[in-house]
Amino acid sequence: MEMKINKTKISKTTKNDLITYGMVILVYIVVQLLVSTGHVSSLVQGLLVPFCTYVIVAVALNLTVGILGELSLGHAGFMCVGAFASAVFSLAFKESIPGGLRFFLALLIGAAAAAVVGFLVGIPVLRLRGDYLAIVTLAFGEIIKNIINALYLGVDSNGIHFSMKDALSLHMEEDGLMLIKGAQGVTGTPNDSNFTVGVLLILITLFVVLNFIHSRTGRAVMSIRDNRIAAESVGINVTKYKLVAFTLSASLAGVAGVLYAHNLSTLNALPKNFGYNMSILILVFVVLGGIGNIRGSIIAAVLLTLLPEVLRGLSDYRMLIYSIVLITMMIFNWSPNAVFFRKRLKQTLTSGRKA
Amino acid sequence: MKKRMLSLVLAGVMTAALLTGCGGSAGTEPDSSADGAAEETEEVPEETAETTETAEETEDSGTTAEASGDSAGGTFKIGGIGPLTGSYAVYGIAAMNGSQIAVDEINAAGGINGMTVELNFQDDETDSEKSVNAYNALKDWGVQVIDGCVTSACSIAVSAKTAEDNIFQLTPSGSAVECVANPNAFRVCFSDPNQGAASAQYIGENGIASKIAVIYDSSDVYSSGIYEKFVAEAESQPFEIVTVGAFTADNKTDFSVQLQQAKDAGADLVFLPIYYNEAALILKQASDMGFDVQFFGCDGLDGILGVKNFDASLAEGVMLLTPFAADATDDLTVSFVTTYNEKFNETPNQFAADGYDAVYIIKAAAEEAGITADMSNEEICAAMQDAMTKITVDGLTGEGITWDASGEPTKAPKAVVIKDGVYTAM
Repeated sequence: MEMKINKTKISKTTKNDLITYGMVILVYIVVQLLVSTGHVSSLVQGLLVPFCTYVIVAVALNLTVGILGELSLGHAGFMCVGAFASAVFSLAFKESIPGGLRFFLALLIGAAAAAVVGFLVGIPVLRLRGDYLAIVTLAFGEIIKNIINALYLGVDSNGIHFSMKDALSLHMEEDGLMLIKGAQGVTGTPNDSNFTVGVLLILITLFVVLNFIHSRTGRAVMSIRDNRIAAESVGINVTKYKLVAFTLSASLAGVAGVLYAHNLSTLNALPKNFGYNMSILILVFVVLGGIGNIRGSIIAAVLLTLLPEVLRGLSDYRMLIYSIVLITMMIFNWSPNAVFFRKRLKQTLTSGRKA
Repeated sequence: MKKRMLSLVLAGVMTAALLTGCGGSAGTEPDSSADGAAEETEEVPEETAETTETAEETEDSGTTAEASGDSAGGTFKIGGIGPLTGSYAVYGIAAMNGSQIAVDEINAAGGINGMTVELNFQDDETDSEKSVNAYNALKDWGVQVIDGCVTSACSIAVSAKTAEDNIFQLTPSGSAVECVANPNAFRVCFSDPNQGAASAQYIGENGIASKIAVIYDSSDVYSSGIYEKFVAEAESQPFEIVTVGAFTADNKTDFSVQLQQAKDAGADLVFLPIYYNEAALILKQASDMGFDVQFFGCDGLDGILGVKNFDASLAEGVMLLTPFAADATDDLTVSFVTTYNEKFNETPNQFAADGYDAVYIIKAAAEEAGITADMSNEEICAAMQDAMTKITVDGLTGEGITWDASGEPTKAPKAVVIKDGVYTAM
């Protein structure tokens, strides 16, 4: 009897989580089957890794926005840190470490670098109440982009050379290898990312995030989100738990950055890929998928990455239609009238089915 | 329950979207990834199945290509990639328009080896990732030769993929060194270092100045590429660089500090390896502070006379090294500028000229190589690569342009000076 109650109690959240895992695995199997039978266009095949990248970063941001209840407008900045840290490592050890191990180490380095930076940003800001995190992360994203654009890093037989001025002041030997070349970024990163690795990383991310949410720490974090004073009164260390959640979120964004960096052979910190706009786009994934809804973030990230590419046939009107679709989807998802309409529509449908 | 329903519906939509995304691609694509994949020894098991499949597809597509095609010789598909939206759209649209004019002219004159040329130009938003997406979309369309990308970083990202797939790539204006690192990639424009060295040599040989100040955009690949080589080359030239002022993309409206530095250092020439929008501001601010000095730039300054609300008299006497000047009087330029004006109602810039030349260079190489519609992409790539080193092209951006296997063009830079509001050859 006791056993039974226990079992049903667990299965509610577990079941929900299993659906999420199952959905990802199912999509993976279907896509792999379609790819192996040659039914997937090159365009979609090329998009598979970006899908994984954006899914991971959307889930990571959902942890901050949905679970922690703080707004971050700089997740592209954490992606950027993870991407550059790992790309530099992979490029430097391109010859000396074999592919699989190197990529694994690159993942750890990218995640660790983003976590450290996230931790440092979080220390002062998460002590405050209000929207300060949004302001500081927004600035952080822009600063990190500019720092990387001014950074010159090279390695040769004399060791590592570093400059914030230009490539000439590195005084590299002939045999030197440029790692970061200022605005020209990192060139020649090995292409280690593929769809299978991406899906594995999504599953790991989901495992970490979902278990975190259901853990003691996760419940503490959510209690801070829902009522800070009540949480403090029961002895929860607010700053500590906020920092834990935010650092985890940043490090997962770093993992997404690693995947991004190893998918293309060039890596530049441009406004387009690591700027303010990208941070907002990630936030759009989260908001559209439902704040706090991990599964929704996954679906929204895939749909919104796919949409502008599927619309390629419309050439000039592509971006216009993309934005109109975005607005329509926002209204459909969030406007009170639309929500009411959806409810009524569903009621009519279910009552019709019963009758 | 409701949420679950919704997510199921959305998942369904997603799968449907994936399926529609690939509709129509099967069979028609001359997918050449088979070779590239086979060469790689470390393949994950699932991709082996794909390799065999694409190999079959390649055979299929050979026959489809022969069967389809409206003209006698079939069609020759050129895929262009460049920014058509976003802040660099000006360059992509210009290259697209220039390429389109060349394609129309070639088709009117009977095509390449009897094949009708088709151009499909895709948007990359100046984003490497989007650029690869654009390339993949072109592959689905059945592209045979890539005319792109317009910008350097995108070009590098795409060239990694074209090298893997064995598709010939000619970038009209990707000027970073790495753009042509792969054997299948060639370019029309000068490389950045090439321009930096040529500028330094030109100033040194003609004794234009002895004290030089440089103002460049350190966040821009093009600008910093030229700057680095200029400084390196300057060591062996009879002038000295007295000050260097850098700015970044986020801070490009006020140049008074850099100009004051140059003035205080007693510079008699300011070298501007930047694009014309910022240069126009610099000229204006220099004139406001009464700093009368010689300005010298590269091809990025081309177009400065077309900047809106810019007093063209300020640009009087500015010298620039550029491959193309819209006011040149040779027949080719005149007819190109007239056609461009008629069709698109504006004066073409050097990107348009690069795009135009790119298509004619592809034509010249394809004719030299004897490309026919039923050749696979690997055959085309190998033949074109070989032919590129043999051809000589007279284009808008230079006369008697030749290439070596490295992919770099050899052509003489043209120096022009702005005199009475027009670009005049020096």
